[in-house]
Amino acid sequence: MDKRNFAKIHSIETFGTVDGPGVRFVTFFQGCNLECKYCHNRDTWNINNGKYISVDELFEQILRYKSYITPNGGFTASGGEPLLQPYFLISLFKKLKKEGIHTAIDTSGMIEVTDTINELLSLTDLVLLDIKHIRSDKSKDLVGFDNEKELSFARYLSEHNIPIWIRQVIIPGITDNEEDLLELKNFISSLKSVEKVELLPYHNLGEYKWKELGFDYQLKDVRTANNEDIKRASKILGLI
Amino acid sequence: MLFKQWEGFQEGSWEDSVDVRQFIQKNYTPYTGDESFLANATEKTTKLWNIVLDLYKKEKENGGVLDIDTKTISSIIGYEPGYIKKDLEEIVGLQTDSPLKRAIMPYGGIRIVEKSCEAYGRKVDPAVDEIFHKVRKTHNDGVFDAYTADVRAARSSHLLTGLPDGYGRGRIIGDYRRVALYGVDFLIQKKKENLKYLDPDCFDEETIRDREELSEQIRALEELKQMATSYGFDISVPASNSKEAIQWTYFAYLAAIKEQNGAAMSLGRTSTFLDIYIQRDLENGTLTEEQAQELMDHFVMKLRLVRFLRTPEYDELFSGDPVWVTESIGGMGIDGRTLVTKNSFRILHTLSTLGPAPEPNLTVLWSTRLPEGFKKYSTKMSIQTSSIQYENDDLMRRYWGDDYGIACCVSAMQIGKQMQFFGARCNLAKTLLYAINGGRDEITGKQVAPKFEPITSEYLDYNEVMEKFENMMDYVTRIYIKALNTIHYMHDKYCYEKLEMALHDTKILRTMACGIAGLSVVADSLSAIKYAKVRVVRDDTGLAINYEVEGDYPQFGNDDDRVDSIAVDIVRIFIKKLSKHRTYRNAKTTMSILTITSNVVYGKNTGNTPDGRPAGAPFGPGANPLHGRDTHGALAVLNSVAKLPYQYSEDGISYTFSITPKALGKTDDDKINNLVTMLDGFFGKEGHHINVNVFDRALLIDAMDHPEKYPQLTIRVSGYAVNFTKLTREQQLDVINRTIQESI
Repeated sequence: MDKRNFAKIHSIETFGTVDGPGVRFVTFFQGCNLECKYCHNRDTWNINNGKYISVDELFEQILRYKSYITPNGGFTASGGEPLLQPYFLISLFKKLKKEGIHTAIDTSGMIEVTDTINELLSLTDLVLLDIKHIRSDKSKDLVGFDNEKELSFARYLSEHNIPIWIRQVIIPGITDNEEDLLELKNFISSLKSVEKVELLPYHNLGEYKWKELGFDYQLKDVRTANNEDIKRASKILGLI
Repeated sequence: MLFKQWEGFQEGSWEDSVDVRQFIQKNYTPYTGDESFLANATEKTTKLWNIVLDLYKKEKENGGVLDIDTKTISSIIGYEPGYIKKDLEEIVGLQTDSPLKRAIMPYGGIRIVEKSCEAYGRKVDPAVDEIFHKVRKTHNDGVFDAYTADVRAARSSHLLTGLPDGYGRGRIIGDYRRVALYGVDFLIQKKKENLKYLDPDCFDEETIRDREELSEQIRALEELKQMATSYGFDISVPASNSKEAIQWTYFAYLAAIKEQNGAAMSLGRTSTFLDIYIQRDLENGTLTEEQAQELMDHFVMKLRLVRFLRTPEYDELFSGDPVWVTESIGGMGIDGRTLVTKNSFRILHTLSTLGPAPEPNLTVLWSTRLPEGFKKYSTKMSIQTSSIQYENDDLMRRYWGDDYGIACCVSAMQIGKQMQFFGARCNLAKTLLYAINGGRDEITGKQVAPKFEPITSEYLDYNEVMEKFENMMDYVTRIYIKALNTIHYMHDKYCYEKLEMALHDTKILRTMACGIAGLSVVADSLSAIKYAKVRVVRDDTGLAINYEVEGDYPQFGNDDDRVDSIAVDIVRIFIKKLSKHRTYRNAKTTMSILTITSNVVYGKNTGNTPDGRPAGAPFGPGANPLHGRDTHGALAVLNSVAKLPYQYSEDGISYTFSITPKALGKTDDDKINNLVTMLDGFFGKEGHHINVNVFDRALLIDAMDHPEKYPQLTIRVSGYAVNFTKLTREQQLDVINRTIQESI
């Protein structure tokens, strides 16, 4: 299968309102390189699952929603990890740009910036960068990898002036330690293209998916984040 | 000018003959700002509303009906004046002599009145019983005198359901504004003139009926005046200020609901009309914004007190005690100016001053060109209260001009110029099953439709099924129109809406408003037969009782043309078949895709279907996909629904949308903007109607278990709003299980 023309996707959400500005056509790509313990889309990990879709097919589908997603919304590639299928996205984004549709990628950024990724990013209007953990050791424990690639990815975006929305999932006791948040704050302020910082409260609504797939959910004993947690973290980060 | 009450108004031919639209066009003030001018509820309003809330509570404690007058045969002048608390009421008038006391209206049918009274532990007064059993025939009696055996069979097997043969048909909107603008005497004079000239050479049955009806109308107008007099008002002349304009308009509506217990008793399009009077008073300095809001609040409070006596069976079909006091708000004029006025805001603001409520049925006529301020305010109120429905003004204006209103849920009609013969709906899913079973009912095994060759193959063949389905549709449409012709002939004869029709032009357009239920079940079933394999399971009499679907197939609600086009075809075929038949009074045949809450009952009475839906499971309401089958998010559903052609379903296409607050966006502004974008997009694609609900599933579950905590919790179901705690448990579960769009 030509990877420029075909991708493996998990599902489509035509009325995405939480992954980028405005109303968005969101495609969840199949396959992920991380193993986040709190993942709420556990069923997107395995690249052998999901279904194939061609660039033309997806493009044609997106166009059906053009009147909803322009001028204020757009298209968001999420997952899974969409950057694992960059050739497809390059072909798709080229077509979307021609139609004046805003393009966003929701990624962990845990990936080498190759020439291909570079080309893709040049066609990308916004990166929703999900920082897994600002502390490398904790990142490794939480998602299986240290954060080195992720942070250099962020710096790359900054250097190339690609708009970033930083996202941090607030997991009580895991990602909301004050010192860590202050370090995150420092890191964010070192980047020059950050437009927004979003704190996403950890929830366990994806737990059933782990069970369905026959896996143990690893954060069973961790409580979900509430408004207070978000407020506290927002204060530390200087967002409010 | 003819009347001093008209001083300050722009002149026009509206002064010589009844033309409310021209009066509006010449005199209204479009408003393009935001809601910041609105005033809060006055102390008087709050006091009065608290009394009403207390009455609601008593009504609920009393099993849903506070009191019934079992003695008085309701009529325009049947009751002494009634008040909530006279010294607090800016706008007066009640249906009976006491708030929430229900009247009996036996002209539609005495049995239904008896049954309703018995359901609440009461008995109809023996004198009334005697009259309607021995002396005066009713609409219901007339219908059953004329019904044929095939219609009766289709009725009892639930192929045709909810037919208005035992209750008032409703869905007629009197132009209540005429009373405020012209006063009753002017209207009587015009009607008398018409009567004089209604004297053609060929003095046939039609002419005689028209003359009799006109005389009835004139009598009703006289009674209307008399009723107003009993409240101390002389409405023979035009209203002179905003308080009178609202009061006159309300009296006219009140007379209609004293006279008729119609399934839907809609108000029309009054708010922009009334704004002209309010604006004149504000400019004169005789009214403040607080007072203007107070008047609208008191008007709306009255509309929230409208009650009819109905049977538990009726409730099962149309749950939550609805009356569809539908008020159409906003829209655009054909000259390009918006018809949004400050009063469009005031009437929506009653959802804040008085809190959310199902009535009046607030209907925003949406145009992509509506002023931004109004788009944002109405969506904001939707998000807060889930009490508003939206209908496509850009689409309907092409058909009905710019002075139409919505009757009931989705039925557009030119105010005062058009009425409809309400036709409930036919169960299309059952029709398909009959096609497979050679006219036998899949539940009882009875031969309901004429006997023909059933399908006997193990697997269903698309072409064979379609051919038989078309044949069955031929049969069903024929008996359907037969039933409706009978019903409306008898309704005109025994239960004529003389007051409502007095507030229409003498020559009007009539539509025969048919309907279908189960469209998405049928589309999915045919799609399964076409794109997957459907194996038939038969009992030992050869009756197909179950279907096994092998493989995947495209399902309605995912913007997939393969199945959506099937749905479109069915709509087109069905209306064409309906239109073949001659209708009573040459009414134009139209169709709706609307079930109200009856999707639950229809589902209950329908066996397993070839799409894999189990017997008894509810249909999707209106044009909704079947619960849980839409997997591509909200806009994919909207695109599917928008493909259904209004051209072939001019009586409306209803879609009910529910979403959790979180899935609508992160901040309040985001939520509003996203909803505006959604509505602009949907209506831009020629979608017709959408109910918008914004709530959490958890909240509904809590409300089901603790209704006392949510006395005003309002939700939109197909075409109207209800108080959630008044729904039956079954319907509550249906609402909760229905796809609520949640963020992933």
